[in-house]
Amino acid sequence: MSTATSAAGDAFRESVRSWVEANFPPELKDQPASMEGAGDGDLAQALERWRDALAGQGWGAPTWPKAYGGAGLTPAEARVISQEIGRAGGYNPIPLMAGMGVTMVGPTLLEYGTDEQKEKHLPGIASGKIRWCLGLSEPNAGSDLAGLATKAEDKGDHFALNGQKIWTSGADISQWCGALVRTEPQAPKRDGLSFVLLPMDQPGVETRPIKLISGASPFCETYFNDARAEKSDLLGPLNKGWSVVKRLLQHERASQTSARGPGAGGKSESLYAIAKRYAGETADGKLEDADLRARLTRHLMDAEAHRLTAERIAAEAKGNVEVSAAASIMKNSATSVSQTRSELMIELMGYRGLGWEGEAFRQEELDTVREWLWGKAISIYGGSAEVQNNIISKNILGLPETTQKG
Amino acid sequence: MAALTEEQTLIRDQAEAWVRDEFPVTKFRAMRDSKAAGAIMGDAWQGMVEMGWTGILVPEAHGGSDLGYLTFGLVLEALGKNLTASPLLASALVGASALRLAGSEAQQAAVLPGVVDGSIILSLAVDEGARHNPAQTACTATAQGDGFVLKGEKRFVLEGMSATHFIVPARTAGAPGEEAGLTLFLVAADAAGLSRTGLSLVDSRGYADVTLDNVAVGADAVLGEVDGAFPVLDAVLDRARAGLSAEMMGTAGQAFTMLVDYLKTREQFGRVIGSFQALGHRAAQMFTDQQLARSCAEAALASIDNDAPASTVAEMASLAKARVGDHLHLVSRELIQMHGGIGMTDEYDAGFYLKRARALEATYGNQAFHRERYASLLGY
Repeated sequence: MSTATSAAGDAFRESVRSWVEANFPPELKDQPASMEGAGDGDLAQALERWRDALAGQGWGAPTWPKAYGGAGLTPAEARVISQEIGRAGGYNPIPLMAGMGVTMVGPTLLEYGTDEQKEKHLPGIASGKIRWCLGLSEPNAGSDLAGLATKAEDKGDHFALNGQKIWTSGADISQWCGALVRTEPQAPKRDGLSFVLLPMDQPGVETRPIKLISGASPFCETYFNDARAEKSDLLGPLNKGWSVVKRLLQHERASQTSARGPGAGGKSESLYAIAKRYAGETADGKLEDADLRARLTRHLMDAEAHRLTAERIAAEAKGNVEVSAAASIMKNSATSVSQTRSELMIELMGYRGLGWEGEAFRQEELDTVREWLWGKAISIYGGSAEVQNNIISKNILGLPETTQKG
Repeated sequence: MAALTEEQTLIRDQAEAWVRDEFPVTKFRAMRDSKAAGAIMGDAWQGMVEMGWTGILVPEAHGGSDLGYLTFGLVLEALGKNLTASPLLASALVGASALRLAGSEAQQAAVLPGVVDGSIILSLAVDEGARHNPAQTACTATAQGDGFVLKGEKRFVLEGMSATHFIVPARTAGAPGEEAGLTLFLVAADAAGLSRTGLSLVDSRGYADVTLDNVAVGADAVLGEVDGAFPVLDAVLDRARAGLSAEMMGTAGQAFTMLVDYLKTREQFGRVIGSFQALGHRAAQMFTDQQLARSCAEAALASIDNDAPASTVAEMASLAKARVGDHLHLVSRELIQMHGGIGMTDEYDAGFYLKRARALEATYGNQAFHRERYASLLGY
């Protein structure tokens, strides 16, 4: 990096830092991200003030054009903003409040949307005022998404949707939905699909939350019963919805590769602290259980290798984190690191790592249990680990198609 | 691949072209079949000197180019692809690093120009048993007059038959198992009392057992501090481990290329076998593993070039050697398995990669050694 660039970078960081100091409500410091939607009046008000301030800067989606509610910044500058907010003990609530809006729907709209569609939908996402969900999977179309059956019938100025979606995350609290639907029943599987946008608050849409092995979840079943999607809200060409969704899912994988989940990174404090607290030590300070120590070490190495790979891919892309085939590699690696970590954490805690609820357990223990169970989803959603392996073997290694052609 | 400078890209491309055009695996096979003395491909070694690779880690004042470890790693990776046998790593990386880290200006001036022009071949004679464990050094150096007398056995010394000089860690104090009490000595291979015996290992490279039977050396043979050599020995070994990881990425990379090519061409049951998910998914996992391993190898090399603290370099070197070792182990096994019977034949090259893989894994600490070291470094 040249001196001039880094001087400009420092100046930018300085300006972000003073803005955050002036605008971040102190009562939100170190509050967990899950407080969003919590009932507390004062905190809820502070969160609303914070959201409003960020939206005013265009920092809900800093890399989007200013005309659509963004700030027209580079990915590197956007990272500086996240870092500085994190430094102040806060987080940016807008990507959470917008549901699938900032990470997936928005980037896809920027690529495939008409000017009219961008003006209509992007500012609501970038400000965190409109929450989006996605209607993709169906009970009989999971990994084989192109086999979906929800129909959209042409009614002149609009489509009438009939069918059932599942795993629609946040459907019960979202205002808008992006749905993949069948517009041409006679065409081969992938060729008869279209991607439409529709409001959730209408008589033809019904949602039902799904309880998971980990307890309450953001997932819903969503039923369309003559639900209405305007023709002007068709994203991309008619019957070309598969291309739109492929891109959308690349954005999803790119957003899921950080190996966060229950924490990662070779020297993460919490895993170290837990290991030392729950598993005994030998006289020279080693974990007493040699087998557990060996497996823990392998995990620490995997986590560090993942972290270094994320850094390397970013450096090679010179700061532009492109959605690419690398996303499949990183998703599988992130998944494996975070699931292994969860399994190790509950194993370290013994019975204390199996508590379901109640005063007998510390909050940290109960959270670990729920994270472990919830984490089973990571290798299933967004294209299962097996689907990612299909993508790698076919698109990167050039091996022949392993699945049946649709 | 790391974001490379123009110069690095040039050196990498040059090395890859040289290996591809001049040193196909048939050359390695010919060397093995001829049981060449010292197990070096002589013409390859001369070529490497001419390309300037022996000087990559040598300061310009001593005739080198001082381009750093990541650059050296690019060359080693290219050489690893076709199993090109030479003392480049032993002499120009491990030996040159020892001189730079421990040697005085006068010692560097006396030795490094010879390393660059190939007339001096250095080798670190560290192991004394079948498993790497430098702290267990038992070989002794007893003060006598102005100098020392060395006595002991060094085993499985890399390029032991072709080396002109050995760098010998010996105990001037303490007992085997202790890190304190070690001293490094530079000993000429033709010193009185030094004898060596070539060993034949599966990878057909030039290992030797070296016996030091009361070898007398002067005070000027001491590299660095008396009694306090362990930290610098460890630093030299970490450079060796990082460099070796780069060579291993080359060997694993070529093995994986052979494997994927075979999956695309071999037909059974009326289709190419790469269309079977049971094989395709294993290949996909190996590719993912390769990407993760590469990041570790490059990070280890870069940490040295960036003057990271010794503890960080140690963590990164152990991470790289273990993670790349696991990767090479996996790919070399699958190379044979996915080829089926043809992979078992001596006529086919797959076996060379399996054999070399295990030798590379064992050198300077196998995966178990480095996982243990990594855990200890992190406080587990």
